[in-house]
Amino acid sequence: MKPAPFKYIVARTIEQALALKAEYGDEGRFLAGGQSLVPTLNFRLTQAAVLIDINPLTQCAGMQNSQPGTVRIGALTRYGQLERNSETARDLPLIGEALPHIAHPQIRNRGTIGGNLAHADPASEMPAIVLALAGRLRAQSQSGERWIPAAEFFGGALSTALASDEMLMEVELPVAGPRSGSCFMEVSRRRGDFALIGVACTMQFDANGLCSQARIGLCNAGDRPILAEDAGNSLLGRNIGTAQIDEAAALVQQAIDPGGSIHASKEFQRHLAGVLTRRALTVANERSPREH
Amino acid sequence: MTADVTTDSHDIAVTVNGTQYRRTVEARLLLSDFLRHELLLAGTHVGCEHGVCGACTVIFDGVAVRSCLMLAAQTDGHTVMTVEGLASDRDHLHPLQQSMHDCHGLQCGYCTPGILMTMKVFLDETPAPNEAQIREALSGNLCRCTGYQHIVDAMMLAAERLRG
Ligand SMILES: Cc1cc2nc3c(=O)[nH]c(=O)nc-3n(C[C@H](O)[C@H](O)[C@H](O)COP(=O)(O)OP(=O)(O)OC[C@H]3O[C@@H](n4cnc5c(N)ncnc54)[C@H](O)[C@@H]3O)c2cc1C
Ligand code: FES
Ligand code: FES
Repeated sequence: MKPAPFKYIVARTIEQALALKAEYGDEGRFLAGGQSLVPTLNFRLTQAAVLIDINPLTQCAGMQNSQPGTVRIGALTRYGQLERNSETARDLPLIGEALPHIAHPQIRNRGTIGGNLAHADPASEMPAIVLALAGRLRAQSQSGERWIPAAEFFGGALSTALASDEMLMEVELPVAGPRSGSCFMEVSRRRGDFALIGVACTMQFDANGLCSQARIGLCNAGDRPILAEDAGNSLLGRNIGTAQIDEAAALVQQAIDPGGSIHASKEFQRHLAGVLTRRALTVANERSPREH
Repeated sequence: MTADVTTDSHDIAVTVNGTQYRRTVEARLLLSDFLRHELLLAGTHVGCEHGVCGACTVIFDGVAVRSCLMLAAQTDGHTVMTVEGLASDRDHLHPLQQSMHDCHGLQCGYCTPGILMTMKVFLDETPAPNEAQIREALSGNLCRCTGYQHIVDAMMLAAERLRG
C-alpha cells in the first residue's frame, strides 16, 4: 500500500527541527531511519500531516565518552554504526550482544537508536536494554532540555514521556565496569524477527563477591518494555547460585503480563521468560569477574 | 486530525547507476516506486512494502537499504545503485549474477535483485566470507523458491571469483 499525502520538510539544523516540532506538535512526526514509521504510513496504520526529516542532523549521530564511566549515544546513531564500532562490544556488551537480533542488516543500516526508543515498541530489544542499564535520555525542545530516567521514559503501548514539542537527543548509558557482567538472550521465530520474549540483564558484585546490583529488562512481556524490579532486588546482597537465580526467574514470571499471539500463547511466553531469565542470569553471573 | 491533502512536491537531483536524474516528486512517493515508475528501472522488485521481504533492497550511498522504506524526496543529492547497475552490458554479467546463474541460485527470480544488491555490499566488505556469514547477511531477504542453499553456493563462488 502507499502512504496518504503528507508534507515533507527537511530540517537542516537542530533549531529548525525543534521549531517545526513546536509549530506542528502531534501532527508533525520526525522522520529518522523510517524503519518503523514508513511501514505504518505505507499500511495507513498511521497518518502524519507533516514529516520532519532529521537525517541531515549528523551531529546527533555517534558515541561519546563525555564523562568517565558513561557513554552517550546520539539519537541519530544507526544500529549499523554501533555494529561496526569496536567500542560497542567493549563498553556496551549488552548492546553488542543484542544487535544481531534486531531486524536485518538492511534495516540496521537505516534504523536509529533515537527512533527506536521514541517508538518504544514493547517487543523491541533496545528499550529493555536501556532499562536494564538504568540509562537516562535527553529530551530537548525550544524551551529547554531535560534528562529522563529510563524507568520513567516508557509509558503504555508505543508511548513515551516525550512531550509533543520535544525531540529525543541522546541516551546516556553506564560503561560496563569491573566485577560486573551482562547478558542478552531472546527467542524469535526467525532470525531478525521481533522476540517472542527477550531478556536483558546486568549484574554487579562487591569486593566480597556479593551481588550489589541486578536489573532484568524484558521485551514483549507486556504493554510496555518491562523492568522486573522485584526479581532484580531479590538477588541483592547475596551469593549468586542456582537457587537465587531460580527464585529471580520465578519473580520475573510473576511480574510480566505478556499479550500472547498466534505465534506464542501467554503461557508459552511466560514459560520462555522463566527459562531465558535463568539462562541469562547464569551467563551474566559467570561473566562477572569477582577479582579487581 | 487535519491531514494536509494538497500535493507537496519536491525537486530532486539523484544519481542512479551513475546517471544523474532531475525530477519533481510527490512527498509520499516511495523510492521503490520512483525507481520503477518514474525511472522505469523495474529490476527493483516490490514484495511487501513494509520492510520484511527484502526484494526492494538497493544500495543507497554505499549501504544496502529497503527502497520501500525511503521516500524518493530523501534521495536528493544522494547516490543509488540498483540491480541494473551491476552488469556492464547485456553480454557480460557481473560475477555475482554469473555465479547465481551457474549455481541455480534463482527460480522465479523475484527475490534476486534484492539479494544481489545486499550481497554486492557484503562481498565488497567481506571478500572471504564463510557460509555462516553469508547466511547471516542473507537473513533479511526472503526467497520462497530455492531453499537458499543454491544462493549460498552462488555467493561462495562469487566471492572466489571476485577475489580473482
Ligand atoms: C522488517 C523489520 C523488522 C524489524 N525488527 C525489529 C526487531 O527485531 N527489533 C526491534 O527493536 N526493531 C525492529 N524493527 C524496527 C526498527 O528497529 C526501527 O528502525 C526502529 O524501531 C525505529 O527507528 P527509526 O530510526 O527507523 O525510526 P522512525 O521509523 O524514523 O521513527 C519511529 C518513531 O519515532 C519518532 N522519532 C524518531 N526519531 C525521533 C527523535 N529523535 N525524537 C523524537 N521522536 C523521534 C518518529 O516520529 C516515529 O514516530 C524492525 C523493522 C522492520 C521494518
Ligand atoms: S518490498 Fe521492501 S522489503 Fe518487501
Ligand atoms: S527465486 Fe523465487 S523467490 Fe527467490
